Amino acid sequence: MINKERKPTAIERFLLHIHPNKIDAEAIKFTKTFGLGGISALLFVLLAISGILLRFTYVPTPESAYDSIIFLQEKILFGRLLRNIHHFSATIMVVTSFLHLIRTYYSQSLYFERSKNWIYGLLLMFLVLFSNFTGYLLPWDQLAYWAVTIMTNMLEYIPIMGDLLANMFRGGDMVNGVTLLNFYNLHTGVLPLFFVFFMSMHFWLVRKAKGVIVSESTEKEMVSVFPNLVVKEIMLALIVLAAIFLLSIFIDAPLLDKASITISPNPSKAPWYFMGVQELLLHIHPVFAVFVIPVAMLSLFFYLPYFKYSKVNIGVWFNSKIGKSLTIISVLFSFIFTLIVILISEYIIDFSSWVPKLPLLISTGLFPVLIFLIPTAGFLYYWYKVKNTGFVETVMSLVTIIITSYIVMMAVGVWFRGEGMNLIF
Amino acid sequence: MTQESKKNRVTRRKFIKGLIAAVVSFEIIYVLYGLVGKKRPNLMNKNLFNAGKVSSFENDKIYPFGSGLFYLFKYSDGGFLAISIKCTHLGCMVQFDSKNQGFMCPCHSSKFNKYGEVLSPPATRALDIFPITIEKGEILVDNEHPIQRNIFKPSQLTYI
Repeated sequence: MINKERKPTAIERFLLHIHPNKIDAEAIKFTKTFGLGGISALLFVLLAISGILLRFTYVPTPESAYDSIIFLQEKILFGRLLRNIHHFSATIMVVTSFLHLIRTYYSQSLYFERSKNWIYGLLLMFLVLFSNFTGYLLPWDQLAYWAVTIMTNMLEYIPIMGDLLANMFRGGDMVNGVTLLNFYNLHTGVLPLFFVFFMSMHFWLVRKAKGVIVSESTEKEMVSVFPNLVVKEIMLALIVLAAIFLLSIFIDAPLLDKASITISPNPSKAPWYFMGVQELLLHIHPVFAVFVIPVAMLSLFFYLPYFKYSKVNIGVWFNSKIGKSLTIISVLFSFIFTLIVILISEYIIDFSSWVPKLPLLISTGLFPVLIFLIPTAGFLYYWYKVKNTGFVETVMSLVTIIITSYIVMMAVGVWFRGEGMNLIF
Repeated sequence: MTQESKKNRVTRRKFIKGLIAAVVSFEIIYVLYGLVGKKRPNLMNKNLFNAGKVSSFENDKIYPFGSGLFYLFKYSDGGFLAISIKCTHLGCMVQFDSKNQGFMCPCHSSKFNKYGEVLSPPATRALDIFPITIEKGEILVDNEHPIQRNIFKPSQLTYI
């Protein structure tokens, strides 16, 4: 029971400061946001606490890192549980912040006064991935070592400054003790600091934009935040905490053999959320896979709120009925098309030997890109010009195709690539 | 003067602010690069790798030096080539397959011939080589400074 007479304490009032006093009843429906941003924030707190505790035993040197984790797991009460909690919170945070990102996009909450917050959100997404990646190396086992080797070597393919960048992160041309120290400091010092700053900005900008987006047509019924919203938040937080504790009790975070710099496991894979890029690398020239395509995609995502749209229905899922059907069709199109292109590229296409006279950048770079780009452009052209779908919906379809395609590549990379990165069914 | 052009005009104040911001960021980047990017001498092995006496190697054979992260190849005319075991695709460690007389990467199955040239992708470049110096009949390999190359040329060999 909630005692409505009780006044919140100072600390409770400080925490409540994040919310207004009164809020639109529409805005606190669970299905409005699915609480995804809140869950990500909660996971950040959980990660900070468990991370600080883990720092008491962790030793960031190649000689002792692995042994310190074994020590933590076997000699310290609840040590293994602590590591599992950190592991699962981090993994789930990648998922929830990604879902939060696409929820924001598909519920059309990134235009006008929210455009700046979309940028902060993207930066936070980058921080989530970068933190996750720097943490990946710390156990110093075979999984960690080779995943980071592969990722930092991907950087080398960036034209002109790739080598410089990769060598800066690694502190040399191989992953070694300097890399571990760099990553440790980024993971436990630099990135959390950035997190706190960007999260504060992110929350403040939500408040500035008058809270969670509500479509304009709905009639406003204001209710007080305490207890209406706060009870929901606490309930969700408790469910998430319980789920993570249960996971951590029954499933252990992976830990393979200690890293060995002369033995590469077969196959060696990047962390799962980067497997889409590694899959792309198998099909397309590295300059395209690691540089041209990611830069193009990132620019698109950053520019999304700033296109000159004509009819934007703010707060309406998929902008319109047509938008919703087009999104579903785009998911299906992209899913099937990406799978087909992967199979064709794996078994049939061999441009480098068909046209050996052309430079590799064109034969294994431009040609495969065109194989994907031309049908996709045709698909979008058909909807935009022939079916007269709005511009907002067409851009949404493009974004859907890109996201689905990445997820398909990621799934193929993670689950369907075996020895020597050959396809397995 | 219109409102718009007034807003975009670079005033002295704006210029100085911008200049200060630029100098400070440059300095931060410079210091950061020095801290993060440079190899730290106490953590690095500075010495050249001693691979042993010239006379102990046979012509046209490959010798693995796992701890030095290279394969030493003695060409049929007696020249030496130190081939890095780091795959040029994504940095895994290649292995010499004596049956096919070539290198193979276990991670993504790039194949190289015994000179380190690409036989099958995804690798796009031949395996790197390390500079060799021969002093008093001993082979010294500088395994911290890989040299990139696309194909094998006899000029890459080191002779006594």
